Formats: sequence, C-alpha cells, structure tokens
Amino acid sequence: MTGPEADSPQTPTEVRDALGEASYLADESVALVAFLAQRLGRPVLVEGPAGVGKTELAKALSRATGREMIRLQCYEGLDEAKSLYEWNYRKQLLGIQARAAAGDSDEASALDELFAPEYLLERPLLEAISSEEPVVLLIDEIDKTDQEFEAMLLELLSDFQVTIPELGRIEAATHPIVVITSNDSRELTEALKRRCLYLWIDYPDPEREAEIVRLHEPGIDERLARRLVEVVAMVRDLDLRKPPSISESIDWARTLVLLGADDIDEGTFRESLSTIVKHRADLDLVAEKVAPALGRGEPAGSPGG
Amino acid sequence: MSTDPDRGPARIADRLIEFCGALRAEGLAVGTSEVLDASNALESIGWEDEEGFREAVAATVAKSRGDREVFDLVFDRFFFREAEAEALRREPEVEGPEGIGDDRLADLSVEGLAEAVAEAIDSGDAGRMNDLARLSIEVFARDGERSGVVGVDLQRIRRGLGIAPGGDGTGPDPEGRREFERQLRRELERRQIGQLGKLPPARPLRDLNRTLPTRGAADLAQVQRAIFRMKRRLATVGHDPRRGGKGRSIDFRRTARASLETGGVPLDLRYRPRRPRKPEIYVLCDVSSSVSSASTFFLSVVHALHDSFRRLRSFVFIERISEVTDLFQSERDFASISERITAQGGVADVSGYTDYGRVWREFLEDVSSDLGPRSTVIVLGDARTNGRPPGSDSFRAVADRAKRTLWLNPEPAAYWNYGDSAMAAYAPFCDGVFECWTTDQLEDFVDLLARTGGGTPSLHPAAMAPPRPRY
Repeated sequence: MTGPEADSPQTPTEVRDALGEASYLADESVALVAFLAQRLGRPVLVEGPAGVGKTELAKALSRATGREMIRLQCYEGLDEAKSLYEWNYRKQLLGIQARAAAGDSDEASALDELFAPEYLLERPLLEAISSEEPVVLLIDEIDKTDQEFEAMLLELLSDFQVTIPELGRIEAATHPIVVITSNDSRELTEALKRRCLYLWIDYPDPEREAEIVRLHEPGIDERLARRLVEVVAMVRDLDLRKPPSISESIDWARTLVLLGADDIDEGTFRESLSTIVKHRADLDLVAEKVAPALGRGEPAGSPGG
Repeated sequence: MSTDPDRGPARIADRLIEFCGALRAEGLAVGTSEVLDASNALESIGWEDEEGFREAVAATVAKSRGDREVFDLVFDRFFFREAEAEALRREPEVEGPEGIGDDRLADLSVEGLAEAVAEAIDSGDAGRMNDLARLSIEVFARDGERSGVVGVDLQRIRRGLGIAPGGDGTGPDPEGRREFERQLRRELERRQIGQLGKLPPARPLRDLNRTLPTRGAADLAQVQRAIFRMKRRLATVGHDPRRGGKGRSIDFRRTARASLETGGVPLDLRYRPRRPRKPEIYVLCDVSSSVSSASTFFLSVVHALHDSFRRLRSFVFIERISEVTDLFQSERDFASISERITAQGGVADVSGYTDYGRVWREFLEDVSSDLGPRSTVIVLGDARTNGRPPGSDSFRAVADRAKRTLWLNPEPAAYWNYGDSAMAAYAPFCDGVFECWTTDQLEDFVDLLARTGGGTPSLHPAAMAPPRPRY
C-alpha cells in the first residue's frame, strides 16, 4: 500500500495554493486540516451550515490533487449493499448454468469461482479503496443515515480495509483522501468522530466571500461584489428558515450581472430577491426588513458599509 | 524542526498531555488516540506558528462545535498561563502597563472610553481592543472600582462601559464583544500575576460560557445514549412477531444467492425481514415555572429524541400548547433552543401557570387526528394543574387514539397527588407513569421499557413506584 505521505504536500500553504488554483479559496484552518488529512491519512469530518462549501472542498481537493472523486450520497436507509459491495447474483446464476451446460460438476471449485472478485459489484466505498489510482472519497451528508451505517464505516475509515466474508479482507491498494460532510442535523457517534479530523466551516467573512463571489463570477466589479456580500450578511443576520449560502451569493452575483445592475438598490433587490431567499415566510421577512434599508440607488461602498 | 533540548518535541509532548488533561477536566472526551493524533499532526506541521499549532490540535482533539468553543477557552487559559509562568520564572518583576501618562489618564471620562471601546468592537481591531482593555482597567482602577478579583472587576468594567449583552439581542457585535472581554480578562489576569508574583489558581470554565446552561455536556451525552436505546425498543412497537403468513415478500437477491448451493434451483426461500414500521412519537414537554428546575433536563431529552427519531413532533406547553418541532430541527445549539423557547414559544400566557385541561383539549383538537396505532405519546410534566380542572376526558381521548402513552414526572413519586398534583386523574389512561428527573432514572425508564412487552399496558400504574428508590 502506498503510504499516506508518498506524494503529499509539505506545508499547509502548499495545500492552500493548490486549492486556490482549483478555484477554492481556503482559509487557514481549512488548508491546515486538508494538509493534515493528507499527511496523517485521516478522514476529515466537515460540519457547517448548508452551502458553505463542504462538498465543494472535496471536489476542489480532487481537482487540486488530480485524483478522481468518488461520491457516496447518503440517505436514510442506505445500506451495505448500496454503499459497499454486493454479489452479482445474476452473473453467478449464469455462471452456474454455463458450468452445467459444460458438464462440469466439481462443486468445490464451482463455489470458489462463483465468489471470485469478478462476480463482485463494487459500490462507492469498495471502489474507493480498491482503486489503483488514489482517489478522493466524498461521503456526503452522513447525518442523513442511520447510526448503524456509521458503525459499518468504522472498519473502512480506521484501517482502510473491508472484510467480505467469502473473499476475506480487502486492503486499500492506495490511500484515499476521505471527506465526510454533515449538516449537523444529528449528533454523530463518538466512535466515528474519534477516527476523524474535525473541521467546522462557517460563513466566511465579507472580504473572503467577496473574493469567492468574484472568483466564480469574474464579470462582477469589486465594488458591487462587496456591496452584495454586505447585503447577504444583513439577510443572514435575520432569523430565517434557510439563510442564504455562499452558492446563493454566487447565483445572485450572476443574476445581477445578467440584469446589468451596477448597484443594489431597493428595486434591484426586490427583483432578484428570490435568488437568495427560497422560503415563502423568509421572503416576506426579508422584503420587510432589508429592502427599505437599501434606499433608492444611494451610492454604495461607503467606508465600512 | 527545532531540536533544542529545552524546547524540543519531548517537552511539547508533555505539555500536550497536560493540556489534554485540562480539556478532560472541562468534560471533553479526549482519548489517548486523540492525543497521539495531535502529536502526529504537530510533527507534520512544525509547531512554531501559533495559529497553526492551535488549529492542528483543535482538528484532532475537538470534535464538535461545542467542543471547539471549550477548546478555545481552555487553550487560551492553558497556554497563556504557561507563557506567564515562563515569564515569571525568568523575570519575577512584571512591569505595569506602559505608555499611558497620568495626565492623559485623568482626563479620560468613562463615557468617552465607552465610545472608543464600542468603536473598536465594531471595527474588530484586535490591537486597538487590547490597548483599550488596558486603558479601561486603568480608568476603573483610578475611580476606585477595583476589587482585585478578576471576575468581579471584569463584570464592573463591562457594566461601566455598557458592553454587557442586551437581553433582546441588541448591543455591540457579539463576536467583537467576546474578543474584547477576552482581552480584558487576559489583562486583568496579567496584572494580578504582576502584583502577586504568582499564578492564580485555575478555575473551571463553568462560570464562563458552556454549551449547556446548567448541566455539563457529559450529561447531554448520557441522555443521548439512553434515548438511543429507547429508539431500539420503540422501533419494534407494533411489530407482530408472527412468522410467514400473508404479506411477506420474497427477498429475491438472497433467495437467488441461497440457490447457488442447490445449483441455481431456489429450494430455500428467503424472505425480506418484516420492516418494523417507524414509530411516530409525540413529545409534550411542560416548561412552566413549577418544573423549571427539570425543564432543562426535559428539553435535553427532547433534544436527544430529535437526534434519534425523524418522525417526531415536539410540543411545549404551559397554559397553552405550542409545536416546536421546526425549532428543534433547525436549531442545533442547545442553549439557543432554550432561549428561543422561552422567548417565542408562544406558550407563556398571562398567568404563566399550567392549564392541563386546556392543553389536552387543544392537543386533541389540533393534533390527535394524526395519532394512530403507531403513535407513542410521551408527556414530560408534573401534572400540577394549579387547581384547574385536569381535563382527564380529553386526555383519555388522546390516550385512546395513541398506541401507547407514557408519562414522565419530574417529582418524587411520594409527592404525587398531594396539593394540586392530578397524577391520579391521568395515570389510569397511561401505559406507564415514571418518576424521572435524572439521567439515571431515564436509563431505568428505558430499561423497564425494554424488559416489558411492547405495547401491552403491563407497565401498570399500580407498579409505578420508582424502579430504584433513591431516598
């Protein structure tokens, strides 16, 4: 097995630059944890509000390291057969018939052959560890699964191996970078947390968010981007059911560019409000609280906002 | 990496172990494997840079947001004390603050200072906050407001400058305010160390901010464990253990696999396990003042239930009932849940006294049409009706519709039915009535639930004495 250190970066700054090139602006702690994940070969558990770039981090890591990304989207009721492996019984049946047709009746060898790797259907988790090339494994929204599923992950996450009763232990050929995301909708088990590095990603500060917005929508000018993140911050401060995330800021920036707006006044805001606020009750609240504060075409970007 | 014998890795490892000890003392579950991880992490980043050092240790040791808050507090305290102890060892005379002339000091008014502080907090300028923290301490010392006890001085200065958090969420930016308070505390401690020539004793963090208002985080974890076991038990409620029969569907995948042993002929049929239907749980939690001591505990039970069950609706009540399912689903932080429930639960009416009769009536009208053979109703309350009619008819109607009704009472069983407690009016309709105000009792409750048959009212109210007497 290739050790985790094989081609891993030497400093957190290196990781940060690589992520930057993959168009992900990482802050200090994100870069550091991403670096440690590669150095120590530990899975990273990423938590934070929806839409702050948890999944994006895994994608960026995949781009930055040139590894393929394998994604396991979690949902309630996800089980081993769908996440780890399953025997391809159709193929096994055909195998039996083929043998019968060929007049082969040696049972012992038949059983051996029927449970050979070629009859195994690899699901994302097994695929990730048996891949020849090192990969990035994203286990998305693990909080949606049952606690039993977490228990199943433990062997994989701590030793990077999977035990299949008929085949024995399959050890990882290469060491994947594992990113596990959670929206914090329930407490994860201690056992899982113990095996992971922990990273909390929060909404970025306005400067960084403005940078992110400009990175993804280069057409927006700096002043407008700054104004935009200020308004989004105002909206987030309200008590909303679903506060706007970074991806919504980016969508909004795109909308504004399409509308050809050069400032956010009350009119533009009301027009494009639905890009950042997605809930009926929230819309009313935002329209009432934020819109009037914007004024009508007042020059934006006054120092300090 | 430095190999200086005095400050080399061996020494940092010792400090790290001590630091993890300090974290454990504050209730974080830091295992040996975490300590090892932290030290591996430090080895690979080099530990010269403070921010990197902190983040590396945090990523390996603090495994939730609450943990991280405690971690930051302990980190500051621990390494600040470490640095001070080092300074003390080298140079016992710690100088007073420099650069503030006496004449300038005399001119400063508290109002002017408060303004400057508010400005600095808004701008988030840490350096300026630090200067102002020192200045504030000087100004308040000048005015004689100096007790020598860090916590007391901190409170006084905070009040004097008007930066205490506003009850309605107004006031300065909380992030900046915390930063400023941290600076203040640090300066006050530094000053005290300077005066006494030795370090003050370490204080537990409980008087600072914790994730839970009154109980330790470990308690919540315990509640969560008990609830998890309860989940297993309730999962089989309504599950009919009959084997075979109608409605069992064949698991084709497993049958085909079993047929391999018989050459592909499916002799041995495999069935899909009969999925126990998911339980629907309705929790009703009394949050009136008569149970105020228990309501934190109750809310943590509800909180834990929300972690384990997806089909859960929760209600709080005092004089009226109010559904808080959304609140628990959207909000994770326990402290803010309790805050929001008290602030806007919509249950506290004029008198603030529980009106059980009305609560049952409202519950019956609004919710009980959803109740069915899979529903479990759990009531957390003291059954003290304040002399109002208990409304046992409505309660009975609710209990009849639900598969089972369980009542957890935070009062010792000996007090039931004395005064205005109407436990006897409800107990006959419950499948079980339990005394429950500690995590131990909660576990006993779950145990009892697990031992007795599902759904049958064998938890007879006559046997409702606590499982383990504890007085």
